[in-house]
Amino acid sequence: MTDGTTDAQAGAPLLSLRGMNKSFGAVHVLKDAGIDAWAGKVTALVGDNGAGKSTMVKGIAGIYSFDSGDYLFDGKSVHVHSPKQSAALGIEVVYQDLALCDNLDVVQNMFLGREMRTGLTLDETTMERRAQETLAGLSVRTLKSVRQKVSSLSGGQRQTVAIAKSVLWNSKLVILDEPTAALGVAQTEQVLQLVRRLADNGLAVILITHNMNDVMRVADSIAALYLGRTAAQVDAKDVTNTQIVELITAGYSGDIGLSPSVAKEAVA
Amino acid sequence: MTVTVETPREQQSANPGSSIGSAVQEYFNKLRGGDVGSLPAIFGLVVLVIFFSILEPSSFASTRNLANLLVQAAPVMFIAMGLVFVLLLGEIDLGAGYTAGTSAAVMAVLLTNHGVAWPIAVLACLVTGAVIGLAVGLLVALLHIPSFVVTLASFLGLQGVMLLVIGQGGTISVKDDTILAIMNNNLSPLWGWVLFLVVSVGFALSTLYTVAKRRRAGLPTDAPALIAARIATVAVPLAILVFLLNRERSNNIIINSLKGVPIIVPFTLVFVLLLTFLLNRTLFGRHVYAVGGNAEAARRAGINVPGIKIICFIIGSVMAAVAGILFASYANSVSPTTGGSQTLLFAVGATVIGGTSLFGGKGRILDAVLGGLVIQVIGNGLPLITEESGIQYIVTALVLLLAASVDAISRRRAAASGR
Repeated sequence: MTDGTTDAQAGAPLLSLRGMNKSFGAVHVLKDAGIDAWAGKVTALVGDNGAGKSTMVKGIAGIYSFDSGDYLFDGKSVHVHSPKQSAALGIEVVYQDLALCDNLDVVQNMFLGREMRTGLTLDETTMERRAQETLAGLSVRTLKSVRQKVSSLSGGQRQTVAIAKSVLWNSKLVILDEPTAALGVAQTEQVLQLVRRLADNGLAVILITHNMNDVMRVADSIAALYLGRTAAQVDAKDVTNTQIVELITAGYSGDIGLSPSVAKEAVA
Repeated sequence: MTVTVETPREQQSANPGSSIGSAVQEYFNKLRGGDVGSLPAIFGLVVLVIFFSILEPSSFASTRNLANLLVQAAPVMFIAMGLVFVLLLGEIDLGAGYTAGTSAAVMAVLLTNHGVAWPIAVLACLVTGAVIGLAVGLLVALLHIPSFVVTLASFLGLQGVMLLVIGQGGTISVKDDTILAIMNNNLSPLWGWVLFLVVSVGFALSTLYTVAKRRRAGLPTDAPALIAARIATVAVPLAILVFLLNRERSNNIIINSLKGVPIIVPFTLVFVLLLTFLLNRTLFGRHVYAVGGNAEAARRAGINVPGIKIICFIIGSVMAAVAGILFASYANSVSPTTGGSQTLLFAVGATVIGGTSLFGGKGRILDAVLGGLVIQVIGNGLPLITEESGIQYIVTALVLLLAASVDAISRRRAAASGR
């Protein structure tokens, strides 16, 4: 791992990226960046705007391919060059804009593009039952009916549906892009509880967020990006709010993070 | 720190709609939330029928006129049913009227000028429609030209094609008995009741089958009373219709007897059932709604968005071609005005009056049927009251505006109730 990491995490990570590089023309967006994610744990991916969070996630999901670096999934070295490949591995990404169809109901949205059929017709009963089981498994109690149209749902409920959709398919790693942005206090709480439950159900979760409260509330591990480098990946219980903010804004905090000289060099 | 918000799921376990009272309650909640369904169209239809029946009890409210009305409404209804697929995507097909005309012209030329057998002529007619739909669909889905522009071009171009197909002379008569039978013949009274039995028993069985399947899967089902009421809303009006149409409606019974359900009624029913099944029960239908609701979400879910669009334009144009056959059958001929003038606009009006949204994602085949009936009741009833055809246009326009306002208001309410 990058210098200065307090590697107290137990067990082998499900996803492990090392020395990832990605350039867009002359712009070197990711510089030997890395991240680990463990099954049953929430890993927060934090960093300022332009730190490379989105590029990292799109690389993991196969929307971009990394220029170089080691992509280890479940202990095996893999090459992911398309979203289909990452989906086949069991990686699901919940994007910020959710991509739900307002005119369809919860069940229809959760199975969109992967509908179950018996012969020529859609197998509505099986889909409805599986959707209910999935939501119950995540202890979601905020939906009145799974046959409600998504247009009648609140922002938090929509986020819940989008997240539940991602776990319907035996996924192993769920990546959430700013799931609490634009949500009220109560709804943020709901979504954070859901994020926690995903991990408690044995999934590896990567949570991208700007919100330090979210990080401190649910994260087990925190990976901070600073100008395309991984400043540090640390156990959440070992650091304070202030230290994370320093990692995000300066690349180091005390003896953790990049060495001050590297951090300054990165700016130049 | 546990925060409980929104409605708890207690209703789920309490089996929603387990009593007729709560079902009614839920229905009113839906209405208040802006989901009015086919209520405005049914309401409009009832009001118009009562209005004309009071003013013209002898001519409008006769079984003879009822049969005429159903026959006259059919062609526009067929174009409207096809348009539902296009409108569900948020697209438009301005050329559908002339697609009907051109396809009918191809059929008539083959039948009359070349003596081709009717199945081949009909097939050629449908293929003409499919080719037009494919061309429009390819331009819209792959070149991303707005469908308004593409079909404006097809609206203009097809008029020309039609003139060339029909050639000198202007009108081609159609004398094939099979084609003429569609719009001019009736079922025998016995077959009328067979039709009633097949449709109502079939509907009851399929409803009960769904209920049984849901119950086996442990999912909530509607109250038995509600299920019975739903079956009755199909069976009772159909029974009344068959009864009325089976009565003698000839002016002079000695010259010829005229009774029975017009053949066009079961003909239309078959298409309504097939297309409703396609939209509600199949993968394709689900994907049509998804593309209309959020094309980007559909694309990310792995749905072939251009493919869905092309197929919808093809379905729309093939349905227009079927309407062309009906026009030819009704008029016993095809002329350069077949499918012209307000045909297309009436069809668009029918879908909107029925409750289909022009913004995509919302609409049903039943909308086209109900809206088509409303348009035809106006077109059939007003001339009995006033000779002024100006009044007829104005009233049709007002009904269309009324329907569009209901849609706009219900959409605003839906947005407001979506917490």
